[in-house]
Amino acid sequence: MLAIKIIQRCKHVCVIGSGPGGLYAAQHLIKHGSMKVDVYERLPVPFGLVRYGVAPDHPEVKNVVNSFNKVLSHPNVRFRGNVTIGEDVNLNQLMEAYDAVLLSYGSSEDRKLNIPGEEFVTSARQFVGWYNGLPENSNLQFDLSNSETAFIVGQGNVALDVARILLSPIDKLAKTDIASHALETLSKSRIKRVSVIGRRGPLQVSFTIKELRELIGICPTQFREDDFYGINVDELPRPKKRLVELMINTSKIPLAIHDKYWTLEFLRSPLQITKDNNLKVKFALNQLQNEKVVPVGEEIRNCDIVFRSVGYQGKILFPELPWDERSSIIPNVEGKVSEGIYVTGWLKTGPRGVILNTMSDAFAVAGQILKDLESPSSSKPGLDLNLKKRITSYEDYMKIIEYEKSNGKVTSVQKMLEIIQ
Amino acid sequence: MQRVTSLLSLIPKRALIRNTNFSGRTLIGTRSLHTAPVVKADVEMVKVTFVRGDGSKVETKGKIGDSLLDVVVNNDIDLDGFGACEGTLACSTCHLVFKKEDFDNIEEKLTDEELDMLDLAYGLCDTSRLGCQVCLTKKLDGVEVVVPAGINDARI
Repeated sequence: MLAIKIIQRCKHVCVIGSGPGGLYAAQHLIKHGSMKVDVYERLPVPFGLVRYGVAPDHPEVKNVVNSFNKVLSHPNVRFRGNVTIGEDVNLNQLMEAYDAVLLSYGSSEDRKLNIPGEEFVTSARQFVGWYNGLPENSNLQFDLSNSETAFIVGQGNVALDVARILLSPIDKLAKTDIASHALETLSKSRIKRVSVIGRRGPLQVSFTIKELRELIGICPTQFREDDFYGINVDELPRPKKRLVELMINTSKIPLAIHDKYWTLEFLRSPLQITKDNNLKVKFALNQLQNEKVVPVGEEIRNCDIVFRSVGYQGKILFPELPWDERSSIIPNVEGKVSEGIYVTGWLKTGPRGVILNTMSDAFAVAGQILKDLESPSSSKPGLDLNLKKRITSYEDYMKIIEYEKSNGKVTSVQKMLEIIQ
Repeated sequence: MQRVTSLLSLIPKRALIRNTNFSGRTLIGTRSLHTAPVVKADVEMVKVTFVRGDGSKVETKGKIGDSLLDVVVNNDIDLDGFGACEGTLACSTCHLVFKKEDFDNIEEKLTDEELDMLDLAYGLCDTSRLGCQVCLTKKLDGVEVVVPAGINDARI
């Protein structure tokens, strides 16, 4: 009798997306409540951007998977990989089966420049997916062997990641878990100059200081002293002050002639890209007036490859749910979308912030779910999905990881499924 | 000899290295290692109190030479998400706020790399440090550190 009661009290929560947001939430749910959590993932393997977004030369950031492994191997948690929500199972089925559905599938797209010539632009997001072996990006081709000058439009951490991967010594990259196809292409790269270009000024950059310091340490850096003229760092809060000081101090070090270098450029918005022998980018030259970007002139610049890195963007997975196009989020009140539906991670906050922000948010939303599920109402049964295709488990993932230890990162879904056959 | 090896393997490598660098003597000291209790007695412990965002306190003890992250891990202190990158200076989830006098007594100097991560922390103070970069010394006996809300507040 007692046993039945306990089973009845166990609530079932479904988490859609196994990146940091979903898994930190799952961790909180099983730790603080008697919950059974099913974590659904589109790919056969978990961890989202930790596996496919964090740069290969940042293995220390990936240490978070150690705690995620504990979550996924917990008896109350089931990993259900290779399941596409919306195709293999719909939201209604999930809502009938689970006491709460937590949406944490993040932002899988990237913002476009929305200018003529967009077809000549390389998506930084896809480039990141490509060098990290994300299956859907692994067959992309990037012509780096005929490119010397790269423009990266956007001044966030992804832009610096791309710059760093382009400029890192190849033997350094070879020691990482970078996808082998990327290593091969990068070993033939002739990229010598990388400009990381923003539409606003040095005070508005979104990259963080650690990433900036790292790139300055890896590659000769040439900043223009004039770009920082008139900035009074003493008026800035400590984090921004240190960031801007680092840029200013770096700008004062004259650069000897180098084979490779990178630079930051400010107050430029691309207007149009055309192609003949190389790419010609027409930029608007901007001024900041009361924090507003005002174009005051134009220039045309040549380069060989242009990356756009102006932010990630969510995708509408459920047309029945509200969507805030501008912020790229599902509108919610402290994580609650509607009865039984919750959202966390970038789908809730917008695609920005480091893992700490995602973690804090996931804990808060999971706390909200626990609170809402406190009532002793009857609990829903959960779902034992049967599909014609293979649903992968955590044990399957462990097999794939074991295979990768001696064979390198597996970059196709088909190969992953072969390994676990 | 077998015994000594097995005892040595119990001491975390990081602690060994750190202690040697740090105070010029190793954790093993000069005493015999032939019985287990001796090792324990040889290790000096200091009192540490963690104050969570909600005001609740956890008192514990840590070995001299251990980092505050080690103390949290070794004593299984319940701080959700603390030390996500496991002490590699790649996150700021082990952010702690010290009292001024304790802050001044920390032997490890603040490096640019630590400051870079602290700049991303919630509730950054002048006396903020990352727990993974602060090692216990005698001077820090009785230290009380605040785990800022945001990474650890009891919301349920």
